[in-house]
Amino acid sequence: MTLALALEQLLNGLQLGVMLFLMAAGLTLIFGVMGLINLAHGSLYMVGAFACAAVASATGSFWIGLIASFACAAAAGAIVELLVIRRLYDRDHLDQVLATFALILIFSEGTRWLFGSFPLYLDIPRLLQGAVALPGGAQYPVYRLAIIAAGALVALGLYLLIGKTRLGMRIRAGESDREMIGALGVDIRTLYTVVFALGAALAGFAGAMVGALQSVQVGMGEPVLILAFVVIVIGGIGSIKGALLGALLVGVVDTMGRFLLPQVLALFVPPSQAGLIGGAAASMLIYVMMALILAVKPRGLFAAAHA
Amino acid sequence: MLLDVSKIEASYGASQALFGVDLAVAEGEAVALMGRNGMGKTTTIRAICNLNPPRAGSVRLAGTDLKGKPSHRVAKLGIGLVPEGRRCFPNLTVHENLVAAARPGAWTLDRVNVLFPRLAERHAQMARSLSGGEQQMLAIGRALMTNPRLLILDEATEGLAPVIRQAIWAAIRKLKAEGLSILVVDKTLSELLPVADRCVILENGRSVWQGPPAALTADLQDRYLGV
Repeated sequence: MTLALALEQLLNGLQLGVMLFLMAAGLTLIFGVMGLINLAHGSLYMVGAFACAAVASATGSFWIGLIASFACAAAAGAIVELLVIRRLYDRDHLDQVLATFALILIFSEGTRWLFGSFPLYLDIPRLLQGAVALPGGAQYPVYRLAIIAAGALVALGLYLLIGKTRLGMRIRAGESDREMIGALGVDIRTLYTVVFALGAALAGFAGAMVGALQSVQVGMGEPVLILAFVVIVIGGIGSIKGALLGALLVGVVDTMGRFLLPQVLALFVPPSQAGLIGGAAASMLIYVMMALILAVKPRGLFAAAHA
Repeated sequence: MLLDVSKIEASYGASQALFGVDLAVAEGEAVALMGRNGMGKTTTIRAICNLNPPRAGSVRLAGTDLKGKPSHRVAKLGIGLVPEGRRCFPNLTVHENLVAAARPGAWTLDRVNVLFPRLAERHAQMARSLSGGEQQMLAIGRALMTNPRLLILDEATEGLAPVIRQAIWAAIRKLKAEGLSILVVDKTLSELLPVADRCVILENGRSVWQGPPAALTADLQDRYLGV
């Protein structure tokens, strides 16, 4: 194991973490503000990826695709909120899970109907192709570094939006007392649509960026959704700060676990078995970490003070 | 009339709480809504704001029927609510509480800070860290920042120390002197009656007596308000 390899894996972990943050930020906002469990968040991720791939192949520009992913996911989010989600706020979580699970099926079949079952591919834009040298000599793709940077920018933007703007104040006020913010003249229904569309746009943006690394296909959102739920449980439901820390933790622990565990095990058992056992153990690692964190902090690292 | 409440009935779930409340507030008038605990004062206020929409009767604000309007529209039409229990947003700073729902008009942050200098001192503090009296000032300031035509105060001095109560009442008198219309619920008659132009008494969800404070004799007080 070289330092360069470890650094590369660490960056991969960060990149995964940043992706998870984009998903988890919307999920945790929607849960924190509206008290809604949205299983269809992974579908919005998929919508973003497909929008980007389709528009990029039609226009030849990844950047226009990226904008389209943002716009399409936000629009899909707003439409879904107006038609379906809006009826779910006052219902219990089981109804929300059922309805949003139905949305997953509708989105998946709808996408299959539009684009077929074969995956689409999205090329990395020319500007971000190539690699840079890491200290230690390894090469690292520019695109993945760009993802990390984009995620950091989004995190900063969200921090400013929630912390410094009137919209952010209203979102936080709605979290603590939605009836009262309504009684002061703020249209909470519109606010909810905006928050939902914002969360959807972030998910779509994540899907588009990951689309250039993996194939764009139906069902791509659900594995990420599960990880994003792990992230918001670890971070504390409703907390953006928690989502950021949780996402980076999950991303780095998962990636480094898959990298390091087989090597550590190889010191004790034959290499072939070490790879097998190590791989299996590594995929459990984030859930073990979640259990440990919840044992110490049952409501996550940054549990909101209310609720 | 600025506010005209006519024969409203309202329920909490299956149990009816209001059986016909009439009350009116004229422009620039301060009206005291009175009655023993559980007689329907807070329910009346919630019904006026459409937080708990009345199922019969009508509420009009400056001639506009509020029926079917969501509470945020009622607020925009000019009702500023200072609710029972204050309900400041604990996770927002004092400054954020004031500006989050503010609407432009005569009341600005500067004027609220002059009315309650304590809020200016505490502007960066989280609302949850304020004392009860400061939270009450914040709740009033927050409602003023929406520039209402009618300010509704529900138990604005409940549970506060005498000095703080005096400060709150002084502020209410100042607001009235400036011509703001006020509907106020309070239990302390000695402080409430000097401020009120008119009183409305509720009993068992009905308005049973209306009149000027001077006409509220010891007998009436004993009959409707005594414990």
